Amino acid sequence: MHDLNVDYERQMNAEGFHPSLVKGPVGINTNSLGESDTFGLEPKITARGVNFYYGSKRALNNINISFAQRRVTAIIGPSGCGKSTFIRLLNRMHELVPGARLEGEILLDGLDIVSPACDAAELRKRVGMVFQKPNPFPKTVFENIAYGLEVNGETDKRVIEEKVVDSLKKAALWGEIKDRLRDSALGLSGGQQQRLCIARCLAVSPEVLLFDEPCASLDPISTGKIEELILELKKDYTIIIVTHNMQQAARVSDRTAFFLMGDLIEEGRTDNIFKAPRDRRTEDYITGRFG
Amino acid sequence: MHRHFDEELKQLKGELERMAALAQSAITEAAAALRNRDGAAAQRVIDSDVRMDSLELVIDDKCLDLIALHQPMARDLRFITTAIKLNAELERIGDLAVDVAQRALELAGKPELKPLVDIPKLADIAVRMTGQAIEAFLKSDVALAKKVILSDSEADELKRAVERELIHDYMMKDGATADRAVPLLLTARHLERVCDHAVSMAEDIVYMVSAVVVRHHPEELQ
Repeated sequence: MHDLNVDYERQMNAEGFHPSLVKGPVGINTNSLGESDTFGLEPKITARGVNFYYGSKRALNNINISFAQRRVTAIIGPSGCGKSTFIRLLNRMHELVPGARLEGEILLDGLDIVSPACDAAELRKRVGMVFQKPNPFPKTVFENIAYGLEVNGETDKRVIEEKVVDSLKKAALWGEIKDRLRDSALGLSGGQQQRLCIARCLAVSPEVLLFDEPCASLDPISTGKIEELILELKKDYTIIIVTHNMQQAARVSDRTAFFLMGDLIEEGRTDNIFKAPRDRRTEDYITGRFG
Repeated sequence: MHRHFDEELKQLKGELERMAALAQSAITEAAAALRNRDGAAAQRVIDSDVRMDSLELVIDDKCLDLIALHQPMARDLRFITTAIKLNAELERIGDLAVDVAQRALELAGKPELKPLVDIPKLADIAVRMTGQAIEAFLKSDVALAKKVILSDSEADELKRAVERELIHDYMMKDGATADRAVPLLLTARHLERVCDHAVSMAEDIVYMVSAVVVRHHPEELQ
């Protein structure tokens, strides 16, 4: 089956990004097993005892964390701490990296997604990803969104049209580009392109959205629109966002997890993390004293 | 790693130290003026309040700048928000020192109603609690801050004793004493309020240092 995320991945690789560049030295595990508060809801995703290696290099150490349904969790930490590596495990993007190896289990609604019995392409429909740089296909706006539906076997043009419109509306883009559906997506602004990528994800009806620094290349106005969109989308989706922007993490997330050198140092309610973190390393990082 | 922000926080702490020194000095001198029936000393307290008022504005402005320009987090955020509150508490202590000085000035021109016993004790407690709260801030000393909070009942009891004595032993027996008894009653009230502000400062300091809210949560003091 055709895999949208693999298409995105190829594009990222063509742009010079490769996860094997992420550094992650071995550190002492101080994770928060059992601490994750999922607001009384069944956790949507749970990682248990997750270790991850790029070849012989260990990038993640015994990660234990749960993500509540329809909540936003921000993952913060310095470059190379393993945060992007971690969210890529959640839809098995790591399998595209030669020599990568995962230990432990990752459960989506209680089902182990790491198991060979779980189909990666099906998983990636349920767990969509938006990358740092907007990566629309060199096609029209309409085709960008219809593409995922078509490769997943949708042939009814009326259904496709409805889903394209619905996805653009959910991505808060419809009002801006409803008259430009047949224009090239590459002609949109950076912020519009990123929301188009979100719409593209939404078209295949995911349950979880992974955002890997989605505003890193956007101006403050576009960033504000993406943040508002995330707050809207959390009504229907479980969202995990990797960000270097502390204020963004504070603004959009319900919970925040701090990674350092491959370890999950601390995870908790976002307001607590930013007012009174328990671990000195978290405090040093979020107050800019790190290093 | 050196941060310019740390320099700015240090400057803010320095300004608060100045504000604290002025407040402590004001309440100490106002209490002395009352005890010594020294009208000139009381007038000096009243005249010096303008310095605290202007410093309060400087500190407030500095805190807003730091929040707006640096978006502080965690202990930096707690320090700055506490600074805003301490600044207001210290300014109120300064105002209450002026109130005490005004009563002292008023009483200095009248015959002594009675030798003061409990009011000087209450003044000593107010000076001590203010000083301890300031010290707890400067040293980030949670134990000392908690001690300030727990000592408030001493001030409350003394104030009630003063009220009982002045109302029952003087005003109810001889209405003509009211013009000297009422300023003393008000003085006790002002001094007890100083103690309340010292307690509020101490509660803020516990939060600043340990991120534990003890205000309205006495169980957290254990």
